[in-house]
Amino acid sequence: MNPAPSVILFSTLSGLGFGFLAFLAAGLVPVHGFHAFALWFVGYALAVGGLLFSTLHLGNPQRFLRAFSQWRSSWLSREAWAAVLTLLLLAPMALSDWLGFDWPRLWGIGTALMCLCTVFTTSMIYAQLKTIPRWNHWTTPALYLCFALTGGAVLAGQGWFAVACLLGLAAALLAHWHFGDRRFAEVGATIGSATGLGPIGAVKVFEHPHTGQNYLMREMIHVIGRKHARKLRVISMLLAVVMPGLLLVLAPKGPAFLLAAALIHLAGAMTQRWLFFAEAEHVVGLYYGQR
Amino acid sequence: MTTLPQSTTTKLGLVIDMDTCVGCQACVTACKGWNDQGYGAPLSDQDPYGANPSGTFLNRVHSYQITPEDAAPIIVNLPRSCLHCEDAPCVTVCPTGASYKRAEDGIVLVNEDACIGCGLCAWACPYGAREMDADAGVMKKCTLCVDRIYNENLPEIDREPACVRACPTGARHFGDFADPDSKVSLLSAERGGIALMPELGTRPVNLYLPPRPKDMMTASPLAPLLDIRASGFAGWLDKILGKIG
Ligand code: SF4
Ligand code: SF4
Repeated sequence: MNPAPSVILFSTLSGLGFGFLAFLAAGLVPVHGFHAFALWFVGYALAVGGLLFSTLHLGNPQRFLRAFSQWRSSWLSREAWAAVLTLLLLAPMALSDWLGFDWPRLWGIGTALMCLCTVFTTSMIYAQLKTIPRWNHWTTPALYLCFALTGGAVLAGQGWFAVACLLGLAAALLAHWHFGDRRFAEVGATIGSATGLGPIGAVKVFEHPHTGQNYLMREMIHVIGRKHARKLRVISMLLAVVMPGLLLVLAPKGPAFLLAAALIHLAGAMTQRWLFFAEAEHVVGLYYGQR
Repeated sequence: MTTLPQSTTTKLGLVIDMDTCVGCQACVTACKGWNDQGYGAPLSDQDPYGANPSGTFLNRVHSYQITPEDAAPIIVNLPRSCLHCEDAPCVTVCPTGASYKRAEDGIVLVNEDACIGCGLCAWACPYGAREMDADAGVMKKCTLCVDRIYNENLPEIDREPACVRACPTGARHFGDFADPDSKVSLLSAERGGIALMPELGTRPVNLYLPPRPKDMMTASPLAPLLDIRASGFAGWLDKILGKIG
């Protein structure tokens, strides 16, 4: 799949944003007054900014309100609802922290869970697609949730809990790669089944229907990115897990180090998200003899 | 609504005969021609006469080489377009309700006025049947020529999809799969119509007829000609010339 920058920015930034907002809402970052306002602002900016990036890849973004209509069947529609509802319901908690109202934390804990639900709906947009076997697996929601929790925990300075999250993320990454590498074969689509000609003999492409590129090839057949997949896996593991982990454990406490750890983690998340797309093979590639 | 109808009483679709298709691309051209001026936004082209042409098509004809274990390789052409699946994943993923499957005849359509151009339906389709139009920013797909098949302004002979009408070898057939006595049902029953990528669970309505088995020749029919012995004058000449040589 084509790793479009707008989609990578959307899912990494809004994931980090909702993860961070969850920690704020649950009251795990003891802040008051202007300090609280600043942190909530960062959380909202990340989440909303990410969502705005997602509209960049729409052909007709001015009709976005229609995307709220099909929540009964569509994960994308559910995500739109979850994101907007969560951001609205978080607002009282933000006000309470900022202006010192001390409203009950139970509300915050509920909305923290909604933050995670929002990330889950994002992940299901990808995980539901049978046509992209690598994504069509439980490791996809696991990975998105781990990224959101870990990013949020690191940014929210959650100490040892952040380290535990980093370990969880490492496990989710390894699982996603381990199962992902086998998924295409497991689903069983081949050029033989795609053309229905497999029972007759070995099928190979003789001629493409068109000499140039088309939407399908640009969008769903991305062969170049996979060449460096191994190296990028190591890089994303180092950036997203190992380096922030070392910073959290070894470096002295302080907001500068937290920020550094969070930024390095975010760079790792973006690398991984790029790879998440670049490595994903769509079954339509079978018709073109390219995956 | 992007929930699918429970079942449809009519299931309009195509049978495409891979045995007779010669890959001439007439259906592609007819489709592009009709859909440039009918349903929804015209199918746009980008840089059509330049170095890197690209454009929106609802039908594309692939060619494959098949090598059976015990026979010579054969070339088969496969026109690929929307199969109007019964369990259409492209419909259920759509957030706006722009994609829908008609309860009355099973045709899968896009309401372009509601489409935000998110592209998710194209990701969900295993067959590459949907292409986003780069000019209009909306999703285009085969409409089964819904604006022809019911169109009483057209002579009756033209009330079938443009691709079917244009195919010079009669490799494309249009009809109702819900009716066991329709031409398409009979053809696919007789010739063993196949569903593409059944493992994806989409239950396509359109079916493809596999190439008929080719005759196997044990020896060349020309083989006796290789062993001609000259007789009469030619034989005498052959002998003399052979001696001189
Ligand atoms: S072929 Fe593709 S676009 Fe057509 S109904 Fe099936 S899944 Fe949808
Ligand atoms: S591109 Fe249009 S038709 Fe397809 S899923 Fe998005 S809104 Fe629906």
